[in-house]
Amino acid sequence: MARSKLFTLIDGERATSLRASIDGDAVRVAPDVLRDATGWELKPEGLCQGDLCVPVRDPASLADAEGVDLAAFARALDRPLALDVAERAAALGTSAAERSARLATLEAPDFSLPDLHGRMHTLSAHRGKKALLIVYASW
Amino acid sequence: MWQAMYEELGSQGFVPITVALDKDPEDARPYIERASPTHPSLIDTQHVVAELYHVTNVPTMIWIDEQGRIVRPHDSQFGTDTFTAFHGKHSAPYLDALRAWVREGKGVLDPATVRSHQIQPTPETQLARVHRALAWWLHQQGRADAAERHFLRAGELAPKDWTIRRGSMPIRGINPMGPEFFELAKEGVPLYPMEALPVEGGTSRKTS
Repeated sequence: MARSKLFTLIDGERATSLRASIDGDAVRVAPDVLRDATGWELKPEGLCQGDLCVPVRDPASLADAEGVDLAAFARALDRPLALDVAERAAALGTSAAERSARLATLEAPDFSLPDLHGRMHTLSAHRGKKALLIVYASW
Repeated sequence: MWQAMYEELGSQGFVPITVALDKDPEDARPYIERASPTHPSLIDTQHVVAELYHVTNVPTMIWIDEQGRIVRPHDSQFGTDTFTAFHGKHSAPYLDALRAWVREGKGVLDPATVRSHQIQPTPETQLARVHRALAWWLHQQGRADAAERHFLRAGELAPKDWTIRRGSMPIRGINPMGPEFFELAKEGVPLYPMEALPVEGGTSRKTS
């Protein structure tokens, strides 16, 4: 018997607390809730984010009356999913194919991060300069 | 070090951007305060840059040109000689190469060469990153046991990614300079497959 529970879905940098229906290892989320958390919407033409749609081979296995199955959703978009039903949390990532394709463009991916004072800095604000990106750590 | 390079080359259109892959800004604070940087000196607790650039160890150096294009990809290089005894790399040739790039445009690789030196993410390494992201979130929620499971799973999926395996040690309460680190290092230090530096005899300049 599926039970509605609070569940956390981490999509990239964003963690959303939502209601999910949990039945064994299956986690289902209402389509509108999934749309708000990930930007992806279930439509007749497939899974869509804005104008971009991905056809879904087997819509019946993706969603039922309880909602969209999270694992099937990740598979349909070829995205990695770390799911922990016991902890009621999951993280969605970017597929290797998409990450490779973006790296192959050689365009430096843009990002915004804080400094020690919490001030945000954006890479693309330094266009017009030669930038050395130095990734380091205290470890 | 990077502050000194910024002071030397900043007026010639150069900016260093440092990103610390640390669990807490406080871990990076001593390094940053010692350097007193006026260039961007950033903290990345969520591994945003590690994901976007597929960074697998530190330090990682990437050259980005005026148009925002990567012209020299991930390179395991160092700004100082503090750990030269451990990894055998000297900083001076790299800093000279950097000067030659900023002043004369030297050392830029053509796109095909840049691509050939990129490490490609795989389904396993991308799955590792989401297990790491879930582990980090669980850790922040105070659920240490669950976090530990996902940190370990991430490490199994991406055994050559030290941003995951070594980078998670301080979060997991393990000394990243201790016995576990030396065990990890026995598997081989993950270095990027970059070609030698383009500098001709340019190691004479003393840096500090």
